[in-house]
Amino acid sequence: MESVKLDLENYRKLLKEYLLTNDETALYQAEQFSKLSVQHNISPEEIIHVHIEALKELYPELPREVSDSLNFLLEAMISYGLALQEYQFLRAKQSELESEISVAANMQKTLLSTVKPDIKGLDIGAISVPANSMNGDYYHFVADKEGTLGIALADVIGKGIPAALAMSMIKYSMDSFPENQRQPSMILENLNRVVERNVDPSMFITMFYGLYNPESETFSYASAGHEPGFYYHASKDKFEEIEARGLVLGATEHTTYQQFVNHIKKDDCIILLTDGVTECRVGDRFIERDEVLQVIKDYIHLPAQEAVDSVYKYFERLQDFHLRDDFTLIIIRKKV
Amino acid sequence: MGFNPCVNIRKEWDIVGARQLGREHAKELGFGTVDQARIATAISELARNIYLYAGTGKICFEVINQLDKKGLKIIAVDKGPGIRDISQVMQDGYSTSGGLGAGLPGVKRLMDHFEIRSESGEGTEIEAIKLVR
Repeated sequence: MESVKLDLENYRKLLKEYLLTNDETALYQAEQFSKLSVQHNISPEEIIHVHIEALKELYPELPREVSDSLNFLLEAMISYGLALQEYQFLRAKQSELESEISVAANMQKTLLSTVKPDIKGLDIGAISVPANSMNGDYYHFVADKEGTLGIALADVIGKGIPAALAMSMIKYSMDSFPENQRQPSMILENLNRVVERNVDPSMFITMFYGLYNPESETFSYASAGHEPGFYYHASKDKFEEIEARGLVLGATEHTTYQQFVNHIKKDDCIILLTDGVTECRVGDRFIERDEVLQVIKDYIHLPAQEAVDSVYKYFERLQDFHLRDDFTLIIIRKKV
Repeated sequence: MGFNPCVNIRKEWDIVGARQLGREHAKELGFGTVDQARIATAISELARNIYLYAGTGKICFEVINQLDKKGLKIIAVDKGPGIRDISQVMQDGYSTSGGLGAGLPGVKRLMDHFEIRSESGEGTEIEAIKLVR
């Protein structure tokens, strides 16, 4: 079958063929003509015009009413032609916006990037995947000379660009705190003031801050309304919720946060997450917390990074590769 | 330059009158049927804007007949409230989303040349030209 050409001559030929034979082939070629026209920004009124011209050449004695009615149709199609042009313009505009957002997302990635530190005796796995292009979850590791490890995990309620912008603020405030000031409760109290002063009251940030001390084998932590994590007892193969209560960041000016301490045993794990993990949805149903733990349990025997990757892949598949919320999961295992 | 007749826009019926006069000029100038329909639609949009937002105004025509170009200029003038944010009304999707039709971006697309001047409280003047191809 020869390819369809976009001109009056060809249209006339196709029309004539169809009028003579009533053949499906000609209709198929008309469809090709239509696709080609859209590709070349040819508007509907122009096609009707071509049709009128072709018809007049084939039937010079065309009744006036028929010819007038086709002109009437042409007039009626004008707005569709404009809508087509507008659609094409908006589509170009959309791809422009998308590329702008992807530049912003890349920039965010660079700004908020954290290196998973190599701490003797610890196996660390971390994954954070945004639901859209920009992440409203944030985690950060801070290792110092004494070998302590600070872990920050925050979640802005909401997602997308506003959430991502708020996250950058958290990161830079933390950077500005003095080095010796690393107690989880103090860090949250300071951040609370920053958020309270700078962020719109309608935006809430939850945060967990933990500090692991290898000398004493303890994990101190405090939470600002953050989704509770879990402590995994390897010997019993059981999870225990890491309890910590505290107001979300920015709710009131002076909030104090209680600090807790846990002793960490060999092979035990600390599991930190955001509500994107616990509030996975399958269809209209939120999955139960127990189901989340079961999935983590299935993979907890793996090295920490493999474990978090596998848990993520599991939930990604469960949700048909379409996350509803930003997803962050951290597993820290004490190896010795 | 040719004659310069105007149609006053006071009621919806006048939009039809402006269209008709514009189409006659377009035919005389040798515009094809598609362009005639486009010119008529542009006139409609401009006249409707006057009728809806300014109340009264006029649509004038000017035949352009120079050695290198031939065409029709439509001038829409009103003493209405004016347009505070021209960028906004020139944005795609601004009027169409409200179901108001093609709007000014539509007029710009239908024609070859488009110019708008508007002062808040003083009125609006729009010039649009279509050239014979």
